[in-house]
Amino acid sequence: MSEDKMLVNDKEVVFPGEIISEGMSFLPGNGTYRLGDKIMANRLGLLMADGKVLKTLPLAGRYLPRRNDVVIGKVIDILMSGWRLEINSPYSAVLPLKDATFNYIEKGEDLTRYFELEDYMAVKITNVTSQKLVDVSCKGPGLQKLKGGRIIHSNTHKVPRIIGKKGSMVSMLKKATDCKIVVGQNGIIWISGEPEAEIIAVNTIRMIEEKAHISGLTNMVKEHLEKITGKTIELEVPIEGPDTMEEQESQDEGGEGNSSQGEYRERRSDDRPRGGGGYRGGDRGHSGSYSGGSSGGRGRFPPRRYEGGGPRRESPKYEERKPESPPQQTTPAPTTKEE
Amino acid sequence: MMIMSTYKKRLDGRAFDEPRQIEAKAGVIKKADGSGYFKIGNTSAYAAVYGPRELNPRHMQNPKKGVLRCNYNMLPFSGSDRIRPGPSRRSKEISMVTEKALWPVVNLDDYPNAVVDVFIELTETDAGSRCAGICAASIALADAGITMKDMVVAVSAGVLDHQVLVDLNGDEEHMHQYDVADIPVAMVPSTEEITLLQMDGKVSKEELFAAIEYVKPALKRMAEIQRKALKDKYKTE
Amino acid sequence: MNQSAKEHVHEALKKGIRLDGRKMDEYRNIEIKLGVSSTAEGSAMVKCGDTQVIAGIKLEAGKPYPDSQEDGVLMVGTEMLPLSNPSFESGPPRIDSIETARVVDRGIREGKAIDTKKLCIRAGELVWTVMIDFVPLNYDGNLIDIGALAAMAALKTAKMPELKNDKVVPGTKTDVALPVNAMPISVTVVKIGDYLIVDPTDAEEDSIDARLTVAVLEDGNLCAMQKGGACSLTTKDINEMIELAIRKSQELRQKLKEALK
Repeated sequence: MSEDKMLVNDKEVVFPGEIISEGMSFLPGNGTYRLGDKIMANRLGLLMADGKVLKTLPLAGRYLPRRNDVVIGKVIDILMSGWRLEINSPYSAVLPLKDATFNYIEKGEDLTRYFELEDYMAVKITNVTSQKLVDVSCKGPGLQKLKGGRIIHSNTHKVPRIIGKKGSMVSMLKKATDCKIVVGQNGIIWISGEPEAEIIAVNTIRMIEEKAHISGLTNMVKEHLEKITGKTIELEVPIEGPDTMEEQESQDEGGEGNSSQGEYRERRSDDRPRGGGGYRGGDRGHSGSYSGGSSGGRGRFPPRRYEGGGPRRESPKYEERKPESPPQQTTPAPTTKEE
Repeated sequence: MMIMSTYKKRLDGRAFDEPRQIEAKAGVIKKADGSGYFKIGNTSAYAAVYGPRELNPRHMQNPKKGVLRCNYNMLPFSGSDRIRPGPSRRSKEISMVTEKALWPVVNLDDYPNAVVDVFIELTETDAGSRCAGICAASIALADAGITMKDMVVAVSAGVLDHQVLVDLNGDEEHMHQYDVADIPVAMVPSTEEITLLQMDGKVSKEELFAAIEYVKPALKRMAEIQRKALKDKYKTE
Repeated sequence: MNQSAKEHVHEALKKGIRLDGRKMDEYRNIEIKLGVSSTAEGSAMVKCGDTQVIAGIKLEAGKPYPDSQEDGVLMVGTEMLPLSNPSFESGPPRIDSIETARVVDRGIREGKAIDTKKLCIRAGELVWTVMIDFVPLNYDGNLIDIGALAAMAALKTAKMPELKNDKVVPGTKTDVALPVNAMPISVTVVKIGDYLIVDPTDAEEDSIDARLTVAVLEDGNLCAMQKGGACSLTTKDINEMIELAIRKSQELRQKLKEALK
């Protein structure tokens, strides 16, 4: 009988196949598995010891859709009764007519009146089946078409860091750059402001991505922004306790959670979206993520993309779902993701 | 019973169980979801992982779990003669055994109907290219956050004039005056399970088993180098 | 491309900056590394921002073409490796990749970078064939310029292998350099709306209306040109683009010369 011992410190980076502990008193959780009397990591992540339950917080990986997540999607197809969106995931999403807007849409109406190909929108995932068919809704606070501005690709696992504890990081970014910023749980970020300010925002986000696993990041970013913009930034929400990635642990147990509701309610009260005006369109940025969808005149190197969607669902089966509760406009009481 | 060998000293002075000098890096290809670089001696492999992503053509989709797809390719200037671009029978076979070498550790249950694409490119080769490709691919898969039991590691074991060796280089492979056997082996470090085993040459059964056992400690040391490549990417300054 | 995304790029250009903060005529940071492949007779790796290209030279001895019995043979190839960008697929070369290879080829060939007469071993019987291949390892735009630069760097560092019985002895390297004299440099100028920029990223390439690649010699003369893109160019555009290309080619040539020291 081997003695119970941890071979890796809590909050250390672990790799697939790394032995985390020995001894039968430890239990595997998300990101770990048991091999004999050892607990091993099964993905690149940060070790989180929850008592004797050993889990990892993933540091990389593409976005897999989860119910209640607010994500940014791009319209890639117009269906008979809705739109198909690409959501930076192996799985596309369907926005049905009834969930597109509070207005009544006539049957046979030209759907491009509402959303056209290549429009970006903030939507909420209402359902994910076991076969990964995804439904979304655009009815709700903060959910809308994103006009103008630019789009950059980040990684879903960095999103908690980019949003920050109680939205502190992203609100700091918005104040410093005067940009509108929407962060999708799927790693897609929309930014809209003056070109120079947008660049500052983008570069700062890249910095946050790189240093996501470092503690004290919020202050680091605050100093960086103050230096670049010359403004003094007051943190809306004071940082209590350790400022580390683990504090914004994402719920990858899947399913329920008010993922970024806080973020969206907060944003809504800050800046009512200005109609028209501003910069139109977005930029599909870099960052190693897969940006799919067709784009007619892509010029020199037409994308050989992995096109098309899953099965077309002309007659959506909504019977089994709970009716949507009416959207609430509340004053910001940002809920956080962490427990 | 092992026959005495006349190959007492390796051409490049290495110990019999010593692989060539290794350099490993993670995250070298920014556009990819995960990437790795593995150089052993003068054999260099880049690997990029894209996925999970949508799989086309649709008929190849598996509704129960994701599909792993590997593509091994040598760049035109990576061999002694220029290699015509495009897949060859050899590269297709290596692509397939690479896929089979990685598949047992990868968990694709979370990605039904999707594909994890692994692309491997060799920029220079001096024997052991498929093994270097597998090592680079393991780093890339881990870097991409793919769930897997362990990081597969691979190297060519060899038997040269009845002497068991680790990591044959190009010169040793071509010493046809002896009985030479080139034995690429891929292993899951934590369980010592073998996921790739090929052999070219002439060996006795005893020599073959001796070679496989002989190469295991070297493989474990190489696995540490793979892990370190990832660790280096996440160093907290 | 999404019309509004293109407008967004255009709006930024109106203010004189690009989406990554660069000026219109600014190249990204360029790094050149030589001798990166031991199997190639000459090789180089060039990074320009996030675009990373590796080029390698292979030399072979063979028969000359019947219509040029005293000249060596030059071949240039490229491949859009699926490794380098999520939107590239495995498969036969697409027209863009063929065009890129041919444009870079003409820059090198017409610029007389190599004196093909010097590649002649025995007239009518045996000549050197120089095979240049360059590929992106990470593709973030501007393969023509970066590929041409990498190919040029690889050529300048290439050494002849040993020849025995009219065949190359594999793995050998003499001290004799490949006879590379001229250094043509290719610069691609891109038009987006009313603005001209150089060194587009992958995302910027989505917005281009037209492009003009110009291969420039050290004395400022031009040796090759290619217009691409679906939109038209005015003569004023072309004039400005050529001026810009000549100016930028000097900077790139300087960078290359420094790396070769």
